[in-house]
Amino acid sequence: MRYLPKSPVERQEMLDALGVNSIEALFSSIPEAYRLKKPLNLPGPLSEAEVIRYFEARGAENSLGYSSFLGAGVYSHLRSVVTDAILQRGEFLTSYTPYQAEIAQGTLQAIFEFQTLMCQLTGQEVANASMYDGSTATTEAVLMAERVTGRRRVLVARSVHPEYREVLRTYAKNSGLTVEEIAFGVKGTLDINGLKSALKEDVCAVVVQSPNFFGAIETLAPVAEAAHSAGSLLVVAVAEALSLGLVKAPSEADIVAMEGQSFGLAPSYGGPFVGVVASREKFVRQMPGRLAGQTTDQNGQRGFVLTLATREQHIRREKATSNICTNQALCALAATVHLTLLGKEGIREMAEQNLAKAQFALGELEKIPGIRRSFPAPFFNEFAVELPRSVKMLNAELLKNKIVGPFVLGSAYPELSKHALVCVTETTSRAEIEKFAGGVKAALESPL
Amino acid sequence: MNEKIRKASRHTNQNEGLIFEKSSPGKRAFELPPLDVPAVDASKALGGAYRNEGVEGFPEVSEIEVIRHFTRLSTWNYAIDLGMYPLGSCTMKYNPRVNEYVARLAGIATEHPYQPQELSQGCLKILSMLEKCLLEITGMDAITLQPAAGAQGELTGLLLIRAYLQKQGNPRKRVLIPDSAHGTNPATAVIAGYEVENIRSNADGQVDMAHLHEQVNEDVAALMLTNPSTLGIFEQQIPKIAEILHAHGALLYMDGANMNALAGVTRPGDMGVDVMHLNLHKTFSTPHGGGGPGAGPVAMKKILEPFLPVPILVEKEGGRLALDFQRKESIGRVRAFGGNFGVLVRALAYILAYGPGVRQATEDAVLNANYIRKGLEGTYDLPYTRPSMHEVVFSDAIQKKHGVNTMDIAKRLIDYGFHPYTTAFPLIVPGALMIEPTESESKEECDYFIDAMKAVAEEAEKNPELVRTAPHTTRVRRLDEVRAARKPVLRWKPSVKRSEAAD
Repeated sequence: MRYLPKSPVERQEMLDALGVNSIEALFSSIPEAYRLKKPLNLPGPLSEAEVIRYFEARGAENSLGYSSFLGAGVYSHLRSVVTDAILQRGEFLTSYTPYQAEIAQGTLQAIFEFQTLMCQLTGQEVANASMYDGSTATTEAVLMAERVTGRRRVLVARSVHPEYREVLRTYAKNSGLTVEEIAFGVKGTLDINGLKSALKEDVCAVVVQSPNFFGAIETLAPVAEAAHSAGSLLVVAVAEALSLGLVKAPSEADIVAMEGQSFGLAPSYGGPFVGVVASREKFVRQMPGRLAGQTTDQNGQRGFVLTLATREQHIRREKATSNICTNQALCALAATVHLTLLGKEGIREMAEQNLAKAQFALGELEKIPGIRRSFPAPFFNEFAVELPRSVKMLNAELLKNKIVGPFVLGSAYPELSKHALVCVTETTSRAEIEKFAGGVKAALESPL
Repeated sequence: MNEKIRKASRHTNQNEGLIFEKSSPGKRAFELPPLDVPAVDASKALGGAYRNEGVEGFPEVSEIEVIRHFTRLSTWNYAIDLGMYPLGSCTMKYNPRVNEYVARLAGIATEHPYQPQELSQGCLKILSMLEKCLLEITGMDAITLQPAAGAQGELTGLLLIRAYLQKQGNPRKRVLIPDSAHGTNPATAVIAGYEVENIRSNADGQVDMAHLHEQVNEDVAALMLTNPSTLGIFEQQIPKIAEILHAHGALLYMDGANMNALAGVTRPGDMGVDVMHLNLHKTFSTPHGGGGPGAGPVAMKKILEPFLPVPILVEKEGGRLALDFQRKESIGRVRAFGGNFGVLVRALAYILAYGPGVRQATEDAVLNANYIRKGLEGTYDLPYTRPSMHEVVFSDAIQKKHGVNTMDIAKRLIDYGFHPYTTAFPLIVPGALMIEPTESESKEECDYFIDAMKAVAEEAEKNPELVRTAPHTTRVRRLDEVRAARKPVLRWKPSVKRSEAAD
């Protein structure tokens, strides 16, 4: 086997050195009855070329050659080849969690830079070294708010990503937290009056997403004011992190939970992505996950270490702030490299292109009789429209033209059964948008 | 340095500041294609939400500077690609490059989790194939690939147990965890709503059955067992432990972190385990990447299947695969979307490359651990002498006499060109040296490692100060962790701001 560096002779030499006759002897501590008597029934072994052929064949059974107008928490953006070149350096790819700081300064400094970039984007004072994704980051942010406030009621906007809310419910169920949902208003943003009437002195966190699941940008100041006046923390989830290139940082938030997939990570059928929790500095000791901090060595030279580890499971066990151990470090590195490549001008230009293309797409769709924008709130690269007929039927028609249509909002919001969530990024060409609009028009004109 | 050591040490590298310190206004490393639709006045479109200026503090550098910056940083890391990385319990094995290649293929990396299932058959086939392989390897009945890492797998497993017990009328109160367990086990049990009860290990490093008998009753939901234990010892009483738990209506959870000792040789499902997680970033070779991403699939017996997280993968007529979201008894979701799909792709690529030969990897891993044990026995104290599986745990008891502890030895090992073993874990061994070579090391590399460990032991005796102040050859010396924690500096700030903040 090509991955194994031993010849049969060497194996025998090693067995001889151990004074045993056969490899079987080394497994003698496993009761005989439980030792497998025959080989596992697994496909393979495959050579490298066969492995590649297998996955190429699977790739050909997917959506190659289709244009897509799906976002809803996972976005297609340009990625420089430089990012993958750096990620594939074995020194980053094949290293472990940087517990031995002297020989992990590369990873540690990169995490420190990641934390800095995340603070700059979110307007928060501290950011952690990553969480699994935006959904678990949001959940962990709520658990953090619970620890800070000692309260157990959570108010979450219905306009937060439906799957983020599902994850929150899964975790909350057994943590003694009660989760209540706050409706969205006609603008597509949080119903502030609904929030105010639900807010009491027992609420640990108010959770909103911005841009929210409908693409609408929330007005955070009044939400923060309402939350804070009840002594609650404001948790802001960000699922499309690129929006922060053009949209004000959610600095009113006490905790920001962000999905960083837009920064150099491919959609990859849902993962691996990179979540992050950022917050005010005074809450740092309640933060989940790893943190890299700056220090010096005995010669006074600057260096970095994992720090404040007394929050973590390997030290605190059942009293830890979270059970997270393995995080998404390499994905955080991808985001760091990607954002460094984009830089101050690049992220703004990319964000501007998203806005311009989404506005263009909305304009094209609004020309079609029977289509109207669902919500008037400002949006970034995603918006909802109401159609005169079922979105599923429309999508089936679009598919015939090699177009993956918009997200069917009715699948998560029964009251929005004829509404579609359209996403357009800088990777969508004008021609694709026009073809899409043409396809929508034709589909709506065709007899039922 | 000892002349007997043949392993070359690493060259030192130039200094490299933070990327923010290299920034200069107007430089850029990325250009976009020109906008092909009319530009939009963002301040009008976004109104009050408009961010007036660019992101303050964001770096402005050129492409070559980005490449140099991160390449230089990379050279400060140790990596499997450079040499042996014998971190016990972490299974730092070779990460095949073809796995990276296939995970990035067009048609694989480009797929959106919400695209129609008829356009996702390739992705679903990959998931289905991986499910079947992992079920065969573990001997279990059903599996979810959704958990993002081992700790989330643990939580998923405990939530399954909770849902199962709840259905019978009582979710129960306590989870039993041996004192040798990973810290994630107790941390997870608390999130799942359970109290943690520690179970002692006996003098052989096995579960103390008397203590188990004392603790187990109808309040106990489950026992979380790592097998082989973190001492690298196979828990021989596992069928008996399962029997005792089952007699009280409790279930047996197995932490599969150490599956690299078992794959192809024995199956947890045959030994009475009800539910377990696998760390694909350990046994199944997906890269650790400096701390993640991982994947923590959870395999289970039939009785837990109704409670699987949604969605689950189902086969329809004609072999078409589909995702089923309608599961009344499901514990819900533990993560948005399907899971760390790119990691799952890599794990399947690994399994396909080995096929049934995965047993050979297990055999080599166990052979290496025992070979190193044999080479170092006598030089280092071996507190538990039962047969080792894929890792061996020594203690620093001999070197302690000279004022040298496990951390010192670990740091000195760096000077010999190796990554340290795991220090001070498991907690039941004071001053532990936990060594897991994996199957990826040749006899030659194992010999070098034994040489280096012996040389350090000799130094500990003759020149303990040299060991206590190690490492001596790294770019930075031992770092001041106390200072880092006392006044945390967790981000870069422009120096102007820093002087303001100092007041």
